[in-house]
Amino acid sequence: MGDAAIGIWGVPLAILAGAIRVSTPFIFVSLGETITERSGRINLGLEGTLVFAAMTAYAIDVMTGSPWLGVLAAMATGAIFGAMHGWICKWPKVNDIAIGIAMMQFGLGLAFFLGKPFIQPAAPHLPSIPFGVWSTSAPVRAALDINSLFLIGIALAILLWWALRNTRIGLILRVVGDSTDAARAMGIHPDRIRLIATTAGGSLAAVGGAYLSLYYPGSWNERISSGQGLMAVALVIFARWNPIGCVVAALLFGGAGALGPALQSVGVTEGYYLFYAAPYVLTLVILIATSSPTRSLAGAPGALSLTK
Amino acid sequence: MTVKVDDPAISLSATRRRTSLRPLLGWLARRAEPVVITLGGIFAGLALFSLFLLTLGKSPLVLYQLMYTGGFGSWFSVQNSLSRAAPLLLTALCVALPARLGLVIIGGEGAVVLGGVAAAAIALPLVGTAPVLIVLVLMAVAGFVVGGIWISLAGLLRHYRGVNETISSLLLAYIAIALMNQFVEGPLRDPASLNKPSTKPLPAGYMLGNIPGMEVHWGLVIGIVACILSWVLIEMTSFGFAARIAGGNVRAAQIQGLPVGKLIGGLTAIAGGFAGLAGMVEVAAVQGSANASLAAGYGYTGILVAFLARHNPLAIIPVAFFLGGIAAAGGLIQRRMGLPDATVLVLQGTLFIVILFCETFYGRFRIFNPDLWDTGDFKMGEA
Repeated sequence: MGDAAIGIWGVPLAILAGAIRVSTPFIFVSLGETITERSGRINLGLEGTLVFAAMTAYAIDVMTGSPWLGVLAAMATGAIFGAMHGWICKWPKVNDIAIGIAMMQFGLGLAFFLGKPFIQPAAPHLPSIPFGVWSTSAPVRAALDINSLFLIGIALAILLWWALRNTRIGLILRVVGDSTDAARAMGIHPDRIRLIATTAGGSLAAVGGAYLSLYYPGSWNERISSGQGLMAVALVIFARWNPIGCVVAALLFGGAGALGPALQSVGVTEGYYLFYAAPYVLTLVILIATSSPTRSLAGAPGALSLTK
Repeated sequence: MTVKVDDPAISLSATRRRTSLRPLLGWLARRAEPVVITLGGIFAGLALFSLFLLTLGKSPLVLYQLMYTGGFGSWFSVQNSLSRAAPLLLTALCVALPARLGLVIIGGEGAVVLGGVAAAAIALPLVGTAPVLIVLVLMAVAGFVVGGIWISLAGLLRHYRGVNETISSLLLAYIAIALMNQFVEGPLRDPASLNKPSTKPLPAGYMLGNIPGMEVHWGLVIGIVACILSWVLIEMTSFGFAARIAGGNVRAAQIQGLPVGKLIGGLTAIAGGFAGLAGMVEVAAVQGSANASLAAGYGYTGILVAFLARHNPLAIIPVAFFLGGIAAAGGLIQRRMGLPDATVLVLQGTLFIVILFCETFYGRFRIFNPDLWDTGDFKMGEA
């Protein structure tokens, strides 16, 4: 066994590999939520979007044999879910958090409803998408078997980070997110921008869902998501509404999640299930350390109901 | 009666003559607003879901008839619905009570799970040595205390550290589930539970039984009593009054010298306590042991129940019964119509979205606001 050969170095390697493998959906979901929250809205329903997208991507893949077509179809459904959320929340007195949870239930229900036929005939094509070529030697190769969506996610994060600061669209998004009144004074329709931002956020989150069913774990079933969509909201705070921060947060979160299995592989089994809590504890500790009762979080959009 | 309506003097005297009825009508109108809007939302949601069914070539009428039969049509189905409503009553309170303080807690699931584990953990060493009633009371206390501590963590972190309570309660829920798995797989595991790791089962004699004459366990009574007590606490006590002030305007409450931190800590502890109690009821009345079934999503459905009830503890009772009924009819719909079990989830999701959307209609209809009856061209007295 190659694992035994690397010995103790297997742990950090497994954590790194796990971080890369697990973080991709978190990257897309949190980038999507960042766009949405930067416009001053919060979409708690991304869990439903993610699971529905996972189902759509898998179904389209089974039917056409093209995983990339699956990703595109998933993005389209994600955009529809996002647009629904954005349109409903533009009405006065409608609570975006409650609508998010309702949309989550709706998306999960619809995904299970329409996805039933795709649980069994799953086996035929296992559409693992081509991987990044980064292999050196040794069993390290397996760890650095990187999915192209991961690389696209990082590129997208850099692009978004740049666009938020340097483009007109980025400026409009930030103005709407910081002050509805200022946006109106500039002649911008805040509701329209928020609708677009929520739609874009939904379609990005859908890519995360497609990754789950098309690459890792790589099949469609009703327990495909372990709360990636819900965690997006926490990760975005963790990342301070910064797209680059989203990548860091997703990697940290994924790495913390891989801690338990990595330690188990070298024989540390004590408190195995507690390690499942590691990413959540880490996020909570960082939140506690950086929050303050007297001022709102640095980088928080002013119009966001979440961070008053 | 030939009265010239646009003459202000005459229309004023016309309203004067009706003074005896107007306060009553006004009171009724204000009460009617949420009922009418919610019922309208339910019908609109059912209509939308009908369209969905029609596109699949299924008959909505058959489905709604089955829903009625399976959820509300017979004593048997009503009891089934009530059993399903019981945990929702308690988890909805976990959202509704903090909401009166302006806090959005979405992590009730964590309190349910840990409340269940705590109840099982305290019961098992006592089985055989202590009387049944004592064991059950201790289980309830353990569930309440542990659930209360868990949710009040989110409240206190909010007050003293400024940590957003929505996010922290969600994170705490995931941490709670990991803790439960650790306990159930580790120190509390019953070696006989192979496929589904559980704590040792409670002996049948120690279970929380059914209400006499019903096939519904005592959890329903616990839930209803909790809702009534919560309503009294919020509406009739000075504690509830202070909480409502703090929920309206924290700054104003602080200037008035209200102990906002204690209010938040206290109310979130009670709220989490109820969710913990839901976990205890699951263990003592349904599962018989603590295991992964505790994380069945009651905490998340409770959020929606609370929002549909507009955070009114008394309104939680009919809303939970209605949702329990839909869930209870699921099996029948699945068998008779050949639809997947997720049908009920889709229907619930549709209803939730539409009813929450209908919040936007509050205050838009003048008929519900007596203060506006005599303004503009709308005159209640003349209608």
